[in-house]
Amino acid sequence: MKRIVILGGGVAGTLTANYLVPKIGEEIKKKEVEITLITERPYQIYEPGYLYLIFNRLGEDELKRDIKELLDPNVKLVTDRAIRIDTENQRVICENNDFDYDYLVIATGSRITPEEIPGLRDAGHWFYDMEGSVRLRSALANFRGGKIVVSVMGVPHKCPVAPIEVTFILHDFLKRRGVRDRSQIVYTYPINKIFIMDSVIEMIEPMFEEKGIESRTFFNPIEINPEEKKIITLEGETEDFDLLIAIPPHRGARVIEDSGLGDRGGWVPTDRYTLRVQGYENVYALGDATNLPVSKAGSVAHFQAEVVAENLAAEIEGIEPTAMFNGKAFCFIETGWEEATYIWFDYFTPPQPVMPSKFVHFVKIAYNKAYWLTARGLL
Amino acid sequence: MTMEAESDRVIDARGSYCPGPLMELIKAIKEEETGKIIEVWSSDESSAKDIPEWVKKAGHELIGVFKESDYWRIVVRKTK
Repeated sequence: MKRIVILGGGVAGTLTANYLVPKIGEEIKKKEVEITLITERPYQIYEPGYLYLIFNRLGEDELKRDIKELLDPNVKLVTDRAIRIDTENQRVICENNDFDYDYLVIATGSRITPEEIPGLRDAGHWFYDMEGSVRLRSALANFRGGKIVVSVMGVPHKCPVAPIEVTFILHDFLKRRGVRDRSQIVYTYPINKIFIMDSVIEMIEPMFEEKGIESRTFFNPIEINPEEKKIITLEGETEDFDLLIAIPPHRGARVIEDSGLGDRGGWVPTDRYTLRVQGYENVYALGDATNLPVSKAGSVAHFQAEVVAENLAAEIEGIEPTAMFNGKAFCFIETGWEEATYIWFDYFTPPQPVMPSKFVHFVKIAYNKAYWLTARGLL
Repeated sequence: MTMEAESDRVIDARGSYCPGPLMELIKAIKEEETGKIIEVWSSDESSAKDIPEWVKKAGHELIGVFKESDYWRIVVRKTK
């Protein structure tokens, strides 16, 4: 019997499993193949929802589902924490059990490492995990005016457009709360422009100006002084704040680093088309875990899951795997409380945002609910 | 062609796109001691412009930008 182990219960892992089962249903029924999904926690969080949770537009429970509700019943679900991947013996070593594999799918995602910036845990907020988002929600609800700094403290990070979105929504939130006129919003970015994609910059720069949002570039925080509420940068500058919304540095999963499978950032070197892990014929990686120059975003994990599922099914059936990932990404960009645009792009097509509209915003709001159909492999 | 500066650290960021090579340099500058020479290899042409611009703003010393066959070597000394 062939054993496929999928490591990770986020978008990438769940979708790969759910796309794979119908392709090899017969083999599973005949017990020629077994699919096991290993996840650290028994529930999945719809992480794009944090952007809404912090403004109290979605609640904690709306962002969570038990993975067993989402996963095809033909997949064996294991809740355990992977400690090491032993590629030589084709085994995933977990806290409670070990799992041998013939094919491995690495879908271990990324993690935030606020501890890389001294003082950030004490004085900063973020919306990149549940705990941080709940804390930021209180801080925003109690904000009575002052200076808010939205600071991107490392690249790559999950959802490249989220810092822009939070800044725009924040502007409208403060207006609705009647405190925008006594507030200052400053957005900072590590490189010499306010975003990585020129077509997006062209759209958002005039919008920042019109809304009175200030920006700082080549801005790389190295320390936060919690007493003086100041950011200190590598470039030798300081910026004070009343409320700091940080996009903390990100790294690959600890199990990847502990297994020596990652690059300097803990990202798994992956073939940009086949999604095979470099140097391994029987290991695939997708989603945030890879080192690919594509967005760390749910949509990318979704499109990659289709490719990995097709290739694994081909391998099981003894056909040459030919599915290729073309770099496709799709991102909504909220440009206000009730206005949004979107971009799609791939390795060969640059993004071209459309004029922001209420319609696109409402599609996004609908997708926040419909995502659970995507997770089940239905949408 | 090349000049042989004795680099303390070489970051091979070839194949990575903007802002990858710059962010790798920023990480190295944070980690290394003052006086160390760091060399970034990038196949992305925009690095040859963006990295020197950042080095200037951050107040470090740009030793040089050297074009190799299909990549650029950008050599920087951390000065503070």
